[in-house]
Amino acid sequence: MTALDVLPIAILGGLLGLDVVSFPQAMISRPLVAATLAGVLIGHPASGLLIGAVLELIALETLPFGASRYPEWGSASVVGGAIFASHPSHPAGAMTCGMLAALATTWVGGWTMVKLRQTNASWARGRRDALEAGSRGAVTSLQLMGMTADLVRGAALTAVAYTLLAPLADFSIAHWKVDARLSRSMAITVAASVAGGAAWKLFHSTHGARWFFVGGLVVGLFMLFLR
Amino acid sequence: MTTATMERASGAASLPLKTRIAIFVRLLAIQGAWNYESLLGNGIGFCLEPALRLLPEGIHSTRFKSALARESHYFNAHPYLASVAVGALARAELDGEPPERIDRFRTALCGPLGSVGDRLVWAGWLPFCSLASLAIFGLGGNTAVVLAFFLLVYNAGHFGLRLWGLRTGWTHGLHVATALANPVLRKGPQQIGRLAAVATGIAIPLALGRVIGPGRSFLGAVLVAVAIGSFVIVRLKGRIEGWRLSLVVLAVFVLISVIV
Repeated sequence: MTALDVLPIAILGGLLGLDVVSFPQAMISRPLVAATLAGVLIGHPASGLLIGAVLELIALETLPFGASRYPEWGSASVVGGAIFASHPSHPAGAMTCGMLAALATTWVGGWTMVKLRQTNASWARGRRDALEAGSRGAVTSLQLMGMTADLVRGAALTAVAYTLLAPLADFSIAHWKVDARLSRSMAITVAASVAGGAAWKLFHSTHGARWFFVGGLVVGLFMLFLR
Repeated sequence: MTTATMERASGAASLPLKTRIAIFVRLLAIQGAWNYESLLGNGIGFCLEPALRLLPEGIHSTRFKSALARESHYFNAHPYLASVAVGALARAELDGEPPERIDRFRTALCGPLGSVGDRLVWAGWLPFCSLASLAIFGLGGNTAVVLAFFLLVYNAGHFGLRLWGLRTGWTHGLHVATALANPVLRKGPQQIGRLAAVATGIAIPLALGRVIGPGRSFLGAVLVAVAIGSFVIVRLKGRIEGWRLSLVVLAVFVLISVIV
């Protein structure tokens, strides 16, 4: 793996990490989109979509409420999507390793976001007098510095995570001993369980939601049966 | 009746298109300097700055500087619905409302704009769009269709809400609280919640089916495992987040699969 291999992945991770909070929050950082875009970069968008859908099930649980601390899915999905798409034949363990890489990166990503917010506060404290005096320069520079730092944060996180985790994933896949279908079923079972729990948390207090869910489930199972 | 009230009543004042565009673009970056002390405060000042340039005294005046300093203080709201506050505050500043009144208004607006936005967008619209896209994925939708559906539908709501907020805030000024009684904001979360519940029921089995591939007996076992897994996660009642649990379970599974 060369720096030229990592660079486009890192730039994508930076841009999508920026979308999570700073700009423009158009949800291009959701795993469904981010992992697919990583797949496009690797040359296998369908693989990116496949792992993106699985990661999206887990990300349903993440509600980015105000000051709460939450995992950062943008950069992480790029890492997971790129690792999985690098194995387009989808050998045993590829999806599990891609997911694990994404989950590990999302954990560290959440921590880096907290650090960025603390840094933003420290920059604001340093400009308190200028802000109190109504300086346009202070307001605008704080905003631009925060966004630039977020972009760099996402790109650096993606570069480091991809550089460290892609070889580890390659090694694990090469030594994988469990059947491919069973491995993939394990991964999707974990993801769908989280999605089921997240759906309950989100909608159980909505009047009649459980009956709407049951109705949807009947339709979903029927369509699955027809396929 | 004050001059400001008379202007509002007659609808005489309006923001130039160039200023509206500048504010809207800045709204997309409103959380650029988000921090644990002033939260959205600096972002509000940043978004309002193009409007404050319209103050008759100009950008080097005390009035401009006092207004920018005031608007850059602590503020909290949902980032999309902060557009309501930006529109209303721009109106108040240009109308020359007293600073104390503007400060009280800012304080009063934080709570509603946060809770309404969180319920409507983060706990409603986003999961619905996500689950509907997963249902399309499960039905065999290709990459372009799934992504186009998610991004177009989600962002129709996203950009629509920001535009509506800016226009509503500007139109109503400090009286914008009445606009927050809009049926979409009051009843929207419930209705979207029901739609999302239907989408959940449809999406999960279909997405499982597509990821696993053909073979019904295998799929049946996975569906049962998912039902048990979901039940366990619900019973854990948030003691551990699902993504952390997934990380642990998958890490153990990888170790077993590679070593054993």
